[in-house]
Amino acid sequence: MAWPTSPAYRVGMRVIFTRAGILRGVRRGIPLLLGIAPFGLVVGVISLAKGLSLAETLLMSGLVFAGASQLLALELWTDPPDVVAVAIAAFVVNIRLVPLGAALSFWLDHIRGWRLWGSLFFAVDHSFALSVAEHRAGGRDAGFLFGLGVLTWIGWVASTAAGHGLGSAVALPPSHPLFFAATATFVAILVALWRGPRQDVPAWLVAAAVAVAAQALRLPAPVPLLAGAFAGATLATLAEARRKRPGRDEDAPGTGRPQEAGHSHPGGDGA
Amino acid sequence: MTLRWDVTLAILAMGAVTYFCRAGGYAVLRAVRTPPFVDALLRNLPAPLFAAYVALALSRQDLAAVLAAVACGLAQARWRNFGVSIAVGVAAIAALRWAGI
Repeated sequence: MAWPTSPAYRVGMRVIFTRAGILRGVRRGIPLLLGIAPFGLVVGVISLAKGLSLAETLLMSGLVFAGASQLLALELWTDPPDVVAVAIAAFVVNIRLVPLGAALSFWLDHIRGWRLWGSLFFAVDHSFALSVAEHRAGGRDAGFLFGLGVLTWIGWVASTAAGHGLGSAVALPPSHPLFFAATATFVAILVALWRGPRQDVPAWLVAAAVAVAAQALRLPAPVPLLAGAFAGATLATLAEARRKRPGRDEDAPGTGRPQEAGHSHPGGDGA
Repeated sequence: MTLRWDVTLAILAMGAVTYFCRAGGYAVLRAVRTPPFVDALLRNLPAPLFAAYVALALSRQDLAAVLAAVACGLAQARWRNFGVSIAVGVAAIAALRWAGI
């Protein structure tokens, strides 16, 4: 991956993992809860509407801990659930997490065991972005990432549980405007990912057109979604390669995402 | 507090692939250098994915949903706050439905 680790950092500073670092991460994460809570409420309400029990909702939020993929899987939810379809949905939405771990190697390369694999379990867009910022500011305590992740996890699980409880308390009909929140969430995520008309409009239009065409051909879910996503991503990648050929490096890998993620990008994201 | 086995299985599968993305990405990418095209494709996947999702969702809904989605998108562009944008989208569709659109 194209994520440079400063050589000076490697030789000069030792990475530690302390209780103080964890607490520092927890404190830094408190404002993020304001951004996580509404999204968690939406996922909780929709979990109930799709027939999930409170225990199943808690299990999903606790184990998956990636809002956009949970919401997408719930949109595809059937009774009984199509295990392959929801797993593919989770995989495709969460592919964006793949480079995050590698990008945190400045800390992760120096820790082991539960500290390493636990930190990775709790890592989301927010904690990634703030950890990169902490590291750039000279932070060398990897507990920061862990503490931040655990706090956002608690906030996520609690807010989805609250949403599930809210949904059962007021018994919303399926046509209630609140269920538009799922679509609204993805519209908001999409707008947050906007970079510019030349970079985004062609790829987004192709993604939308291919997805709708695949749906019109009655291809089963999640094929229309995946076909659209990969068609748009392929076009964006080809266009990016063409732009970069003259030797310009206007959008360095990933630098746009963490900034966008910095303000309340849902546990996943987006997503 | 019911846990159905098929739902639990689906959730476990989602959890497993998600952890694979989080931890497997770190384990694999530090050992293997992926081709630049694959790197770029992964990086470019999220936005078209959400574009495809929104297009599919709106294609199954009415005009009010399309208008509410525009309101939600404008709110996100203006205030950059997911909570506000979702609330604007839901309020917009409630108002449009009430107005008979």
